Amino acid sequence: MLIITCPWCGARPELEFRYGGEAHIARPADPSTLTDEEWADFLYNRTNPKGLHAERWRHVHGCGRFFNAVRDTVSDFFVVTYKAGETRPDIAGDQAK
Amino acid sequence: MTNRFRTPSGGRIDRSAPVSFRFDGKTYSGYKGDTLASALIANGVHLLGRSFKYHRPRGILSAGSDEPNALVAVARDAARVAPNLRATQVELYEGLSAESQNRWPSLAFDAGAINDLAAPFLPAGFYYKTFMWPAGAWKRFYEPKIRAMAGLGKAPTLPDPDRYTQNYAFCDVLVVGAGPAGLAAALAAAESGARVILCDEQAELGGSLLAEVGATIEGKPAQAWLADTLASLSKHENVTLLPRTTAFGYFPHNMIALAERVSEHLAAPDHDLPRERLWQVRATEVVIASGAHERPLVFPDNDRPGVMLADSGRTYVSRYGAKPGDRAVIFTACDSGYRTALELKAAGVTIAAIADLRPQLHGELPSRALAAGIDVRPGTVVTGTSGRLRVSSADLAKVSGGAVGRSETIACDTVLMSGGYTPSLHLFSQSRGKLVWDAASGSYLPGTSVERERSAGACRGVYGLNAVLEDGYAAGEAAAKAARDTASPQRGATPVNGASSRSFKAEAPDLGNDGFIGATPHNRNPAFAKAFVDWQNDVTSKDIKLATREGMRSIEHMKRYTTTGMATDQGKTSNMNALGIVSEALGTPVPQIGLTTFRPPFTPTTFGIFAGEARGDLFDPVRKTPIHDWAAEHGAAFEDVGLWKRAWYFPKAGEDLHAAVARECKAVRASVGMFDASTLGKIEIVGPDAAEFMNRMYTNAWAKLEPGRLRYGVMLREDGFVMDDGVVGRMAPDRFHVTTTTGGAPRVLAHMEDYLQTEWPDLDVWLTSTTEQWAVIAVQGPNARAVLEPLVEGIDLGKEAFPHMSVREGRICGVPTRLFSVSFTGELGFEVNVPAEYGRFIWEAIHASGERFGITPYGTETMHVLRAEKGYIIVGQETDGTATPDDVNLGWAVGKAKKDFVGKRSLARASMSAPDRKQLVGLLTTNPATVLEEGAQIVADPTAPVPVPMLGHVTSAYHSAVLGRSIALAVIKGGRARIGQKLSVPMPGSVIEVEVVEPMFYDPKGERLNA
Repeated sequence: MLIITCPWCGARPELEFRYGGEAHIARPADPSTLTDEEWADFLYNRTNPKGLHAERWRHVHGCGRFFNAVRDTVSDFFVVTYKAGETRPDIAGDQAK
Repeated sequence: MTNRFRTPSGGRIDRSAPVSFRFDGKTYSGYKGDTLASALIANGVHLLGRSFKYHRPRGILSAGSDEPNALVAVARDAARVAPNLRATQVELYEGLSAESQNRWPSLAFDAGAINDLAAPFLPAGFYYKTFMWPAGAWKRFYEPKIRAMAGLGKAPTLPDPDRYTQNYAFCDVLVVGAGPAGLAAALAAAESGARVILCDEQAELGGSLLAEVGATIEGKPAQAWLADTLASLSKHENVTLLPRTTAFGYFPHNMIALAERVSEHLAAPDHDLPRERLWQVRATEVVIASGAHERPLVFPDNDRPGVMLADSGRTYVSRYGAKPGDRAVIFTACDSGYRTALELKAAGVTIAAIADLRPQLHGELPSRALAAGIDVRPGTVVTGTSGRLRVSSADLAKVSGGAVGRSETIACDTVLMSGGYTPSLHLFSQSRGKLVWDAASGSYLPGTSVERERSAGACRGVYGLNAVLEDGYAAGEAAAKAARDTASPQRGATPVNGASSRSFKAEAPDLGNDGFIGATPHNRNPAFAKAFVDWQNDVTSKDIKLATREGMRSIEHMKRYTTTGMATDQGKTSNMNALGIVSEALGTPVPQIGLTTFRPPFTPTTFGIFAGEARGDLFDPVRKTPIHDWAAEHGAAFEDVGLWKRAWYFPKAGEDLHAAVARECKAVRASVGMFDASTLGKIEIVGPDAAEFMNRMYTNAWAKLEPGRLRYGVMLREDGFVMDDGVVGRMAPDRFHVTTTTGGAPRVLAHMEDYLQTEWPDLDVWLTSTTEQWAVIAVQGPNARAVLEPLVEGIDLGKEAFPHMSVREGRICGVPTRLFSVSFTGELGFEVNVPAEYGRFIWEAIHASGERFGITPYGTETMHVLRAEKGYIIVGQETDGTATPDDVNLGWAVGKAKKDFVGKRSLARASMSAPDRKQLVGLLTTNPATVLEEGAQIVADPTAPVPVPMLGHVTSAYHSAVLGRSIALAVIKGGRARIGQKLSVPMPGSVIEVEVVEPMFYDPKGERLNA
């Protein structure tokens, strides 16, 4: 079982958290201006990288807060967690940044 | 019975504590400190079981958890039967009763042994080849027969009466394995102040030291040093010693699962003690000191009882005082076999010969064997054994340059074999560390780490007692330092243990690190010789060679095709030899073939330990409403809705479900009924931006909803499909009382929190779940107002003052209430929200007030029928995650003028308003007595050629007592345009004709709501 560091509460076991999909995909300010293709891209298309992946987690059995994390999808280990609204931190070798 | 094979003295058994036990109904005696295996050996019993596939007689191969053969069932009573236990790990206690397995009618005469003669017809992959035809026969015939013949022990059918507990533990350094390396590591870590857990699967800590009779450590005999070291460790407050505890699984972030056998070894366990305890240890650093497994040699007839691993044979003599026989032949590829020979000889066992696979001898131990007058034969192989239920002779032949000479038969009752040692990589591999091939020792060793762990001693290829102790000590020092100094994990490196700061000055015979993998050469007819690689799954070297001829190349395919290494022993004794045979057959070097994956558990683990206390009533939480007990007292039948227990119907004497529901329905329509709606999800939404937030989350427009009014709200997912619905009350300009479906409450709150926290953190809104805070009592029917009026204070229930879809705050029987005028039945209705702790009190007050109208409590089934009569949908029943609001006739609830809400953009896609979407309609069967089945498919023409195009399906179907006929709701492609059409519902044996109608069967104008 992984240890996940909630930016608000600290390191806690994976059981307390729920995955929330890829991070940094903001809902368009005015969805009505988007084409069907653009809207479908927002709704459905995700990067699914091999390697570092920024994703949302929620400390659902704790403070209840959503936060972001960079996790390595190869090793399954978390590299860093940070509060919602903060930019993706600089990580050496991060291709997506 | 006497212990004829017991040595006169020595070993760690307690000779002052004899123990009586039974095996296959016969009584034997042993001593405290014996395992079942050692006690049987002391009694001369070597036939312990029949093999998995061929039912060949099998004995004891090893002295530890790697045992593939000697599996027994130990029974305390009918419910407490533990099958498939390794006799080598079962501790003897007074009255222990064990049975052999996989034999019929008896162990000595087993009818299944016919399989051995039929072996030419049971080759590798025989499942895949033989039982493929005819198709249906697999399930009916082949599988049950094969399972009956080839099997392991039987699990008891009674519930497990024992208790299992689970606990979490944290430490700086976890040391797995308490042999010399693990003890030294624990000492080093403990002395540096680290919190240490040291666990070992055996009953006693000490590992190989428990059988060490010739060595000294720090000037003391090894076993004296062991006693001193354990005494010293147990004095450390920061050290937890866990014997009888197997580290069976390595999980991410250094979570190691340990299974502790707490009371299994006791003759009369205190029932306050659990049988086993699961430790979930979170360790900052882990030291794996899991040692090495001795490898068998793969030669013909190497599975006969009496054929044993050499060092195991030595362990029985030196640790348990139990001689494996009177006259032994030793077949070895390393110096370890000579140590066995010398210790057995010293204990009075005749060594008939040592056959050494190696052509040249050198080193201390072979010299000592020669000096002791033992018949040592270099360049010699064992080519076969004889004996029916026990080995009676071995055939030895010279081998040179691959050519095997003529065999000479030597009488013996024991053959001890050693092919060298295989480091135990199971836990390291489970931690996802990378293995590296070490050509010098001919073995895989731990390479790059993924977790914060390091290996020490034989499990990383370090041999020799002093080297192992120092490697362990250095690993313990390094692990304690890393736990202290390193905040974050350093991954991707191979740990270096460094030099030990302590010198152990251990003196022990040099065992070298020679060995052999693969099958040894022989002079037998290859078509008939059986040389076993995997004892537990009955895989021979011939099976593996056959698989290579049939095209298997990958070791993973080889494993699955032959099943080698797939038994419960996880290939501890078999993996490397299988690899060697594949390597030779394919002409490919071992490292290019790779190794199969090691999987948890290291040894079989009980289901009980995983279940722990989560069984029976504690398996799953149960949610009960404040009115639950009243319903139970009044005979309600309950149904499970999520975790909730909900009153389903309230049968009177002699009533079944249908009779009760018919009576309940009629009572609500004719007079008044009451219903416990407390399970409805409730969310209090408060804040200056509450209305704006509601606007964005629901399809409806909320800005103009006046405080004191209710509105039915529809919630979509962003993809435009209906997610949830519920009635929402505006309590104040900045406060909404939102209700959700019973099952949807947590999902809806999470959905709202997601948008509030991550998309619109600028909105000043608070969300609070109030599901458990409010009890909700629905009072429905023409007399509902009259029932409530005498109880309510401060609320005018008059038709004009309190119209349908309103909310008022006041008191009922002195209790504060939020009173809703709302209906899910189509009748005049109210929902009384009161604080949960008053739920039953108010329920009883309403019930008493309603007596003069014959008020009828009703359950969820009547609620379903009444709402279906009105065509009210249930999200999750009429919708399936692909329904738009318009599909289920809720288009009116979508605020078209709103700029945006969750799901709006998706609704604008052309396909979301296509005319052939599945739409909600009603169905009436031509025969009014026929009730459709929910889920039944609907077609236009049941005689059309297959595949018949499906138009949709029935979502709800009931008998309506009020209408005196069946009704149904359905979703049908282009359904609204089909109203008036006749369609068909094909069912097994018949086709039901239906007419498509409006989904509204009762009071279509809604006049009763405002009565």
